[in-house]
Parts: sequence; C-alpha cells; structure tokens
Amino acid sequence: MPKATSDAKLLIQSLGKAYAATPTNLKIIDLYMVFAVATALIQVVYMGVVGSFPFNSFLSGILSCIGTAVLAVCLRIQVNKDNKEFKDLPPERAFADFVLCNLVLHLVIMNFLG
Amino acid sequence: MAGGLPALATLILLVAAVAPLSSAVRPVSDAHRSTSAELFAASPDGSFGDLERTYEAVRTFQILGVEKDKSLTCKLAATKLAPLSSSPAKDLFHAVRISGVLRCGVDSSVYDDVAARLKAVIKETDSLLELYYSVGGLLSVKEQGHDIVLPDSDSTFHAIKALSQSDGRWRYDTNSAESSTFAAGLALEALAGVVSLAGADVDPSMIGVVKNDIVKLFDTIKSYDDGAFYFDEKHVDATEYKGPITTSASVVRGVTSFANVASGKLNIPGEKILGLAKFFLGIGLPGSAKDCFNQIESLSFLENNRAFIPLVLSLPSKVFSLTSKDQLKVEVTTVFGSAAPPLRVNLVQVLGSDSKVISTENKELQFDLDSNVHYLDISPLKIDVGKYSLVFEISLQEPEHETIYATGGRNTETIFVTGLIKVGKAEIGISDNDAETESVQKIDLHKDTSVFLSANHLQKLRLSFQLSTPLGNTFKPHQVFLKLKHESKVEHLFVVPVKARQFKIVLDFLGLVEKFYYLSGKYDLELAVGDAAMENSFLGALGHLELDLPEAPEKAPRPPAQAVDPFSEFGPKKEISHIFRSPEKRPPKELSLAFTCLTLLPSVGFLIGLVRLGVNLKNFPSLPAPAAFASLFHAGIGAVLLLYVLFWVKLDLFTTLKYLSFLGVFLIFVGHRALSYLSSTSTKQKTA
Repeated sequence: MPKATSDAKLLIQSLGKAYAATPTNLKIIDLYMVFAVATALIQVVYMGVVGSFPFNSFLSGILSCIGTAVLAVCLRIQVNKDNKEFKDLPPERAFADFVLCNLVLHLVIMNFLG
Repeated sequence: MAGGLPALATLILLVAAVAPLSSAVRPVSDAHRSTSAELFAASPDGSFGDLERTYEAVRTFQILGVEKDKSLTCKLAATKLAPLSSSPAKDLFHAVRISGVLRCGVDSSVYDDVAARLKAVIKETDSLLELYYSVGGLLSVKEQGHDIVLPDSDSTFHAIKALSQSDGRWRYDTNSAESSTFAAGLALEALAGVVSLAGADVDPSMIGVVKNDIVKLFDTIKSYDDGAFYFDEKHVDATEYKGPITTSASVVRGVTSFANVASGKLNIPGEKILGLAKFFLGIGLPGSAKDCFNQIESLSFLENNRAFIPLVLSLPSKVFSLTSKDQLKVEVTTVFGSAAPPLRVNLVQVLGSDSKVISTENKELQFDLDSNVHYLDISPLKIDVGKYSLVFEISLQEPEHETIYATGGRNTETIFVTGLIKVGKAEIGISDNDAETESVQKIDLHKDTSVFLSANHLQKLRLSFQLSTPLGNTFKPHQVFLKLKHESKVEHLFVVPVKARQFKIVLDFLGLVEKFYYLSGKYDLELAVGDAAMENSFLGALGHLELDLPEAPEKAPRPPAQAVDPFSEFGPKKEISHIFRSPEKRPPKELSLAFTCLTLLPSVGFLIGLVRLGVNLKNFPSLPAPAAFASLFHAGIGAVLLLYVLFWVKLDLFTTLKYLSFLGVFLIFVGHRALSYLSSTSTKQKTA
C-alpha cells in the first residue's frame, strides 16, 4: 500500500538523520561491527559452496568474526555516554577490556584453526 | 549275604541320592614311578634339596620301589645326627627318618644321644611343631630297633591335646589364635606316636576324646562333584597357604596313624575315605615334588589302614568298538593296583547323553581271576554308537569286609562306543528351477565316485543320503560338509542339514552367484562326514561340476587371493586389501583463492569507512613519555598478533603461551600507563 512504503521511507530517513547525530567513536565501533559481520557472512557463503570440510576451520573463522563483533557491542555499550549504567566507567578501561578479550579470543581461535 | 543286602541297599540309597559324576581315576602305575624319578633330582652331595625334601624323595622312592644309591644320603643324615651337630629337633626328625627308610645302620650310641636330646625337647616345649618333630623322631628311632620309652607320656598327650579346638582343628601353640587343619594332621600323628611310645597304656577315655575330634575334623571335609573328598584350610593366609593336597595328606597321615594304634573303629564313613583316595588318584601325575610325595605317601597309608581300605573302580579302556565286539572291562583294585577281596560288580544303569536312561537291567559282570578283571559282553544291551554313562554297583561278598573296605557303592563311568556307519541311498543330480526335470544319479559313497555334472546359474544341485548306525538307527554326525573347489583353488563349504532320516542339501546357484565370485568353470565336489563315534569318517571325492555363471559386474567382490602354498609357513601371505577412508572432496584452488580475496574485502571497506568518518590521530599523546608508552602499546598488540600468526604457522601451544606470558605482562604494564595517561587527560578536558 502506498502509505506503508512511504511510511517505511520516512522511517528510514528519520533513522538515518538520528544516526548522523551519534558521536564519531560510536560510529567507528559500528563500522567495525559491520566489517566483522560481513566477513562472517562471506565465510558462510563459501562454506555453502564448497561444503563444511574442515569443519573446525570454518567454526573458528565464524566464531572469530562473531566474537569480535560481540566484544565491539560490549565496548559500544560501555563507552556510550547516554548509558546511565556505565556512567562511572572510564572509556579507556572499557577499551582495555576490549583489547584483552579480543587477544584471548584470537588465541583460542588460532588454536582451533588447525 | 542276606544280612548284607539290606545294609547295602540303604547304603546304595544314600549314595544314589548324591549320585556322583563319572570319575577318571586309575591306580598308581609305572607312570608315577617315572614321574617321581623326574621330579626328585639328586644333587651331587646325595641330597635332593633341603633335608625335608631329601626325606620326601627317599620315602617316595621306597614306596614306589625305585632303587637309588643311598650311601651319600646316609652320610648326609649321619652328619646331622652326630652328637656335636646341635641340630634342631626338626633336622633330627628328618635325619632319623631318612636313616630309617634307607636302613643306614646308625650306631646305637648316636641314637641314644639323639633320643636324649629329643626327650629334652619334649619336656621343655609346648609348641605343636616341636612336639611333633621330637615324638616322630623318637618313634622312628624305636622302629629302627632301639628300645625307647617315653616317660610321662600322659602329660605329653595332654600337651598336644590341649591345643585342639572345638571344630576338630588344632592350633600350633598356645599363643596363636588361628587353628589349622594341617596342624590337626600333625597333632594326630604325634598323638599316635605318643601312644606307641608310652610305657603303660594311655587312658582310653583320652583316646575316645581324640576319636571324637577326628569325627569333628571330618565334618569340615570338602568335596568335588565327582565324589572326591579333600581337606582345605578355613582361612587362607597367603604366606602360609599349603593347598588342599598338602593339607589332605597331613590329615590322612594323622588319621591313619591314629587308627592303627587306637583300639576299636573310628566313626568315620567309608565314603569319605574312598573320596580321599579318589582325590589323590585324581591328581594323576603330579607336577611338583611335594605334591608327588604327598600323593604317594597318602595313598600308601590308605592302602593299608585300620579305618577303611578304599577300593577304586577303573576302566582300562574307555572306548569300545561295536565292530570288533569289544567287551566291557572293569577293574576293582586298591589304590596301588593290588587285588581286591572277593566282590561282585553289577552294571545297573546305562545313561545316554542328557542323562537319558537307556537301560536299567541289572547285569552282573563276570570275573576273570587271571587278569583280575570283571568283564561283560555289551552287545545284548543293544547300545548304539555314542557317549554313555555306565553306573556300576560294587558289592562285597564277605559281610565282615564291609567294615574293612570302602567301595562307595555306586560308581559312574563315561564310555564311548564307536562303530561303522553305513551310508546309503545316496543320490546326486541337477534340477531346473521348476523342479520338474530332474536328473539324479545313484552313487555309492563307500568309495570315491566320479560323477560329471554340468549346470548353469539357473539350476540347482541336489545331494541326499542316509546314515545309519550298526543297529540301524539314523546317525547324526558332528560334521557333514559338502565342499566345492574351483580350479583356481577357491573353496566353498556347505553344511548338509538333516530332516527326518535323510541328509539333503540343495544348492540353488542363482542365490550363490555372488558367493562364488562369479567364477565359472570346473568345480571339484567333495563330501566330508565325521564324528568321534564313527570308525569310518571319510572325506570322499564325489566328482566334478562344470558350472556356468554369468559375467561378473564391475563392482563384484574379487575372490580372495589364494596362498602360494597352503602348507608353507614362510611364503608370502594373502594380500590384505585395506579400506581407506576416501579423502574429502576439496574445492578447486581458484575458487578458494577467489573467496580469500572476497573475505579481505570487508576489511578494505572498513578502512575506507574510517577515512570517510574522518578518523585522525589527534588524541595521540604529544609528550614524549606518554607517546612512547602509547606507541609501545600498539607495538605490543601488533607483536601479540604476530605471535598468533606464528602459532598458526609453526609454533605449538606451549611455546606460544610462554611468549604470550612475557608479551602479556609487558602489554599490561605499557597499556595501563598509556590508557591511564589518556584518561587523566580526558578528565582534565572534561573538568576544564
């Protein structure tokens, strides 16, 4: 129905405008997340084409992307100034956690990669 | 005999209630003599090991009648008996007995000294073993012709009796808590020795008490299903465990010695004495020197004792051939094979397999005085080929012998009857599937035949025949196989099933094409019929079969490669075809490379996006110290990632973790400094 599509268009436009207002560092984190998820999707497509052998490599690749995306989400939550819960947490501390968790994740990934 | 029959009947009823399985005992024979000579090996100094083993050796040879040079052994015993040798009672005991067995001829002065020493031991000690050795030594000295009287025999008797327990067993001394059956045997032998050595008669009531102890001891006897009885210790102590042979031998020695000196009869059932004899004979040829000594000495004590003399029933041969009309032969002898008193042997029952009763006719076996054998012609019993249990009944002809001899009433023995099996009505032929057209040939399987058949895969091969025993019954042998052997030596075996009275096999080639590996050509036919009861088991050639099978499809199994020479042990073996897991299908290399590039695209997109967002390094600290820390922080992260790449390429987890721990500590330190500087600057910015 024409009203629905125009409503959807209006919705997306307002979303885009609101998003432009977010601080730059949050936008960086969002971009990082998009990059990670895109890499994961490409790997899934590849597995769909050639089959899941060797399965451990596929899993480690997917989990590295998804894991780092999840950690980025956590960082975003903690760094976001609008978030009342983490008001007292310095963003540098959150970033240090992000880095440390990523390093541990990638150690496990490398081990599982085979 | 009239008086004996009711008693015998009750005995039979009692024994039949516990009908024993067949025993396979044979009396002592020359095989035992050669075994004993092998087991007891003499050393150059005349001994056979230690002093106890030397005594065991000479006593065994004495009983079995084996002659050995005795001079060195006598000298060895003499050194132990010498007045200044200060040998303990145990050594004196063995040395005196060795001299007695070998008739060494020891000086009476030496024996006087020995006797004095042993009497001194008896006075001082209250240990069962010391009393046993000293009393035994004195008894042996007395038996060699020297007059010995034991002073104060009553107190010695009491000293030994004091160690007895309520269940008939004995303790070794007043301190030990455990009682032992082996010790009971030693004690009874010692008590018998005391009675023999006593100057005046020992108190008869004491003898009566000991007789009761013997009855209680016999209540602890154990038995096997085949009627053998034996003694074993109640508590098994790993270090001291002597085993049933040694323990039973000790009890037999003690009980028979005591029965020989005590007046009146011992109240023990003859069945148990016979069971002990069966136990010792059931050992067969012993494996160790000690077992050999215990077996032979116990049997010699049982051969002639005042309790019961066991009479064993044995069969010289257990296989009887119907073809040669063998007679059933049975021997009833003492344990050493000597003749038994006059008795009758009756065959009361014949049991087939699964204890099916074949015959309950009571047939008396006739006795051949010259060969001491009871025999019976079994052909009137119409026993067919196979395995049977025969139940015999022994009855003594003199009623007073029943208190002297133990026969065990009923005895069961297993025999095998063999005969010639007739093969009849043998037919072989090829038939088509519709079973209408059949071409069968009658063949005679008693000699190798040579039929020539040809068939294709749509036809069937039929073979049928009948097997009958000498008495005309159908016979079901253990093995009935039809073998087809191809010219390439590939063989196939088929079991011929039996239905009603006929053995018949139908080979439907349509279903067997794959089993035969699609091999067409000439097959040799062979029939194998065999059984233990068959005297004419055969593997006969039937002829040849020209078989026409269709071509093998591509994926058909190949026949197994035949051995170069089936009898050669060292030739090449059959080749083993391993089945490997088929490797996974990998994608083509170009596709993988394309996708690798595709995966790297999002990272490029990320960088472009960062540039678009206007990322800058403005916040990088300008002061030298924090700047250094910040750059070291980034360098540290880069180093860790490089370490991970190295880990994937060639390092193992342990080295990686080692390096990671160093890098991690460094990184934490550096990172903390860098980030705390950054946070302090940002708070300053906020507050300012």
